[in-house]
Amino acid sequence: MNAPLLSLQGITKAYPGVVANDDVSFDIHNGQIHALLGENGAGKSTLVKMVYGLVQPDQGQMLLNGQRYAPPEPRAARTDGIAMVFQHFSLFEALSVAENITLGMENPPPMSDLARRIHEVSTAYGLPLDPSRIVGDLSAGERQRVEIIRCLLQDPALLIMDEPTSVLTPQEVEILFRTLRKLAAEGTAILYISHKLEEIRTLCDHATVLRLGKVVGECTPSETTAREMAELMVGREFGSPLGAGRTVGDVVLGIDGLSVRSPSAFGTSLKNVSLALCKGEIVGIGGVAGNGQDELLAALSGEILTPPDAIELLGQPIGHLRPGERRHLGLLSAPEERLGHAAAPDMTLTENAMLTGSVREGLTTAGFLKWRAAEGFARRIIEAFDVRTPGPDTVARALSGGNLQKFVIGREILQRPVVLVVNQPTWGVDAAAAAAIRQALLDLAAQGAAVICISQDLDELIEISDRFAALNEGRLSEPRDTAGLEIEEIGLMMGGAHGMEVAHV
Amino acid sequence: MDLSAINPALLLASLMVAATPILLAAIGELVAERSGVLNLGVEGMMITGAICGFAIAVETGSPWLGFAGAAAGGAVLALLFALLTQVALANQVASGLALTLFGLGLSALIGQGYVGIKPPKFARLDIPVLGDLPVVGRVLFGHDPMLYIAIALVAGVWILLRFSRAGLILRAVGENHDAAHALGYKVVRIRILAILFGGACAGLGGAYISLVRVPQWTEGMTAGVGWIALALVVFGSWKPWRVLLGAWLFGGITVLQLNLQAAGVAIPVEYLAMSPYLVTILVLVILSADKSRAPASLGKIFHASQ
Amino acid sequence: MIVLEKRPQPSRAWAIATPILAVLATMLFGGLLFAVLGKNPVEAILTIFYDPLLGPHAGYYRPQLLVKGAPLVLIAIGLSLGFKAGIWNIGAEGQYIVGAICGAGVALAFYPLEAWYIFPLMVLGGAFGGWVWAMIPALLKVRFGTNEILVSLMLVYVAEQLLASMSLGLLRNPQGLGFPGSRNLQQYESAHNAELFANTGMHWGVVAALLSVIFAYILLNQHMRGFHIRLTGDAPRAARFAGVRPARLILFCLGSGGALAGLAGMFEVAGPSGVVSIDFNVGYGFTAIIVAFLGRLHPVGVLLAGALLALTYIGGEIAQSNLGLPAAAIQVFQGMLLFFLLALDLLTNYRIRARQTGVA
Repeated sequence: MNAPLLSLQGITKAYPGVVANDDVSFDIHNGQIHALLGENGAGKSTLVKMVYGLVQPDQGQMLLNGQRYAPPEPRAARTDGIAMVFQHFSLFEALSVAENITLGMENPPPMSDLARRIHEVSTAYGLPLDPSRIVGDLSAGERQRVEIIRCLLQDPALLIMDEPTSVLTPQEVEILFRTLRKLAAEGTAILYISHKLEEIRTLCDHATVLRLGKVVGECTPSETTAREMAELMVGREFGSPLGAGRTVGDVVLGIDGLSVRSPSAFGTSLKNVSLALCKGEIVGIGGVAGNGQDELLAALSGEILTPPDAIELLGQPIGHLRPGERRHLGLLSAPEERLGHAAAPDMTLTENAMLTGSVREGLTTAGFLKWRAAEGFARRIIEAFDVRTPGPDTVARALSGGNLQKFVIGREILQRPVVLVVNQPTWGVDAAAAAAIRQALLDLAAQGAAVICISQDLDELIEISDRFAALNEGRLSEPRDTAGLEIEEIGLMMGGAHGMEVAHV
Repeated sequence: MDLSAINPALLLASLMVAATPILLAAIGELVAERSGVLNLGVEGMMITGAICGFAIAVETGSPWLGFAGAAAGGAVLALLFALLTQVALANQVASGLALTLFGLGLSALIGQGYVGIKPPKFARLDIPVLGDLPVVGRVLFGHDPMLYIAIALVAGVWILLRFSRAGLILRAVGENHDAAHALGYKVVRIRILAILFGGACAGLGGAYISLVRVPQWTEGMTAGVGWIALALVVFGSWKPWRVLLGAWLFGGITVLQLNLQAAGVAIPVEYLAMSPYLVTILVLVILSADKSRAPASLGKIFHASQ
Repeated sequence: MIVLEKRPQPSRAWAIATPILAVLATMLFGGLLFAVLGKNPVEAILTIFYDPLLGPHAGYYRPQLLVKGAPLVLIAIGLSLGFKAGIWNIGAEGQYIVGAICGAGVALAFYPLEAWYIFPLMVLGGAFGGWVWAMIPALLKVRFGTNEILVSLMLVYVAEQLLASMSLGLLRNPQGLGFPGSRNLQQYESAHNAELFANTGMHWGVVAALLSVIFAYILLNQHMRGFHIRLTGDAPRAARFAGVRPARLILFCLGSGGALAGLAGMFEVAGPSGVVSIDFNVGYGFTAIIVAFLGRLHPVGVLLAGALLALTYIGGEIAQSNLGLPAAAIQVFQGMLLFFLLALDLLTNYRIRARQTGVA
């Protein structure tokens, strides 16, 4: 085999309390699509940040084309031909596509030339893009294109992609994969970070698996089963969640012609959303991020008020009721953003238990707070949901993502909801916690509650939901029974390729 | 009451003079805010600039050196703010207030020996031909150099923000500091420079009051002009030319109410003196509907973690 | 290289230690400043911090501590409620003035009637005046989203003009031989906010300040409204999720802040000051901002900080007359205190570590 493009040798990086990367070594070759596989918290992001010069390793070295490579900052990495597409886009919403792209380039051409080159390159790689549009108005898929074009304009030798498909529909994923294969065929190396096994099996030539910061194995994905890779990644076997024994009853929550204007400038308004949710069932709502998920949760939680009849709980109009009144009636929710929305970062778990628990758990008398009762409630959540924390006096932001998410979901489940609405319940959560949360949702439905699970993780939705619907540009598709649903159909429900034309490659 | 005593040409000419301190302070603050920093210490930096400029002009006899000293004084105070907010990561609102309280005290302290003194005269530009034009000559071409420098600064900032890469980077930092950091831009360094520029401009604005507009030194003589400048940045939707327009509007109101006072209008002096502040509130109310142009990272603390 | 590392949890020890450190740092640098001004720094610091409490004439100064501290604490308690929720009322000086005008206005409307109900009505009038003045930015913010910082501050200048107008016009003493300023309320028994015990400095304003501390403490720690204030300050989105109505919170925080500032103005005009005059206000509304931060927005902290700042006022006056220290030096001193506090606050939320770089 020829000499590697980039060689990582014994890379180690520690943060207080955690070793993010421990003696990591592997090689990437020209023209190779190399997967970096691992569950949340395995150290993938830290590793690529070192390659991209955002952080420096404590020990170990990197070689680029045989030369020592130690970029002190991203600029140096870019000069050396390394480009990166971030999971959370590093884009500026108020600026145009061209301005965003020039900001990420080392030696940008004048604006007029740049617009022409953006047009050329984007068409050549099947990712058409208008340079003059404001990024805030673009869909998630189009934003990703901006990032990719920004990288491609610099003719990178190595392109790093961090979880690129989490914002795409299956059809859009297809387009992206075609682009990446074309790039690889031209000799560009691609470091592809993901925890989605099927897509790695489809796309990648080689995979390096990380667990708890260490390399635990390498494989050729096309010759390895998804199950083998999963076990390598997680380190043990996982049973599928048990969802049996549910009986679907009468309608408990009716959403009828719900239209809501988004409160934020670049948000998505809900348009004529209707859904009937029955006792004992889980309805999964899929869709690419930014298609009205936050707005739907806010309309159901009571953060956005609507005409009374748009939402009915047990036959009673509740669209005009505020969050506290809805909780009183049994409609509970858990928003996507854990820190800052579902929980207050600098407040203790006891105080965060008070945050939504005061109504149903009787934590107040005449407006005065019963702290002892709130602490008891917090302890019950911690115990029932195995939240790893020193105790209820710990502030929320000191908890890991998975533990805080278990606390947030547990806080609502323990309040015996009639209807529970969750948004992205397992986003950025380690596999064990994610499995526990999914099981808890299934158990809740089995006990007779109705659950709406909004998520961008299609596997998760297919696994736990009885019926599936998708949000696309603020519209909700007709729900379908999950059993027997094809991935292609799901993709179309999510909006297909969003009308993004595919140039002929 | 004698309204005929108000000479429109003179009124317009003094409007431009009255607008200059606000304009200088506002254009500096605009740059700072575009980089994502809300510095509420404008009033403090202005008054510090006012006394630094005054003292240095008196001691050296040169108004030019006075203005240079004022810019330096304002920038030094701004540096304190930069250290607090960019290095010590303190709350920007609180730090700005601290800066104003400190600046008011400091200026009073420095200014003790300068009460009742006349500063050296800052000569008007004598522009041949243009300056002799009737009305227009008096209104547009009969002023001191600083006034033109202020307008040039507005043009300069406009060009910088609109056409230069440096300006684009500045805007990017103000829109999304995390993304800018991820691309490798030095968020803190860029912001400190923007803060210093803001401080220097505020200092110049203050010195314009003490050296040209009044001209003498009294404690607290900026009387809220720094705060009006802050309002003006909102008024101008963070756009330089709109800030210039706003400054002339406020200058006009200030001058008009002074003229009305002098003309002996039947409205009590105190109510006329309130008018610039009331107009500021009114303008803020009218414009508060549209917040969309504010830099998205304005006032947020940036800490490059992991 | 020095790096900052965010603490997983704010340090309680540092939260208490930083105000104390800030005071010490201010003494040190303040001393330097006094030295630059040609004064003996040790003597100056002792004059400010020791003499009013334990010096030879302390008996005279100690009551003054209550007189100066009461308005500071009253105003700062009100400000701290808003600051906690991220609502920035910085126009307390204006609310203080309008409270005084209204309180005095009530009294002068009854003059020369002597009746028990006049003083309680003045209290209501003062609170109402401050409340109304604070409701202007509050309603504008709720209705139009107008920035409360700028509006409340602009209203200070408006209030100052109003004060000038009142002391020259409506409220001017008809027997004052044309001099500006109202009748002296100290000479109007029913309206006089007299000392409750002779020579202690204890007047109704001090009682009100202490009550406000207790009220704020219970509100913040034991009541839903206070919980919502803290929640809004920490995470506005989480607050809306919990069911907080931001508009009501804004009206409550600004309104109660204004009412307390108005009360402070009323107690001042009816007591220590006595007259509505052009130079009635001396900046308590702004110094109270320092008090609120120095007290870490905690009611007990505010009480202590109020006492400390009152001390610097009195000590500053002594230093002015005894050492010729300029009044402005004290203002700088107070500003410095806030600077150091904000800078040192870093230690509460971050850990400072030395890190070696470039190891490969």
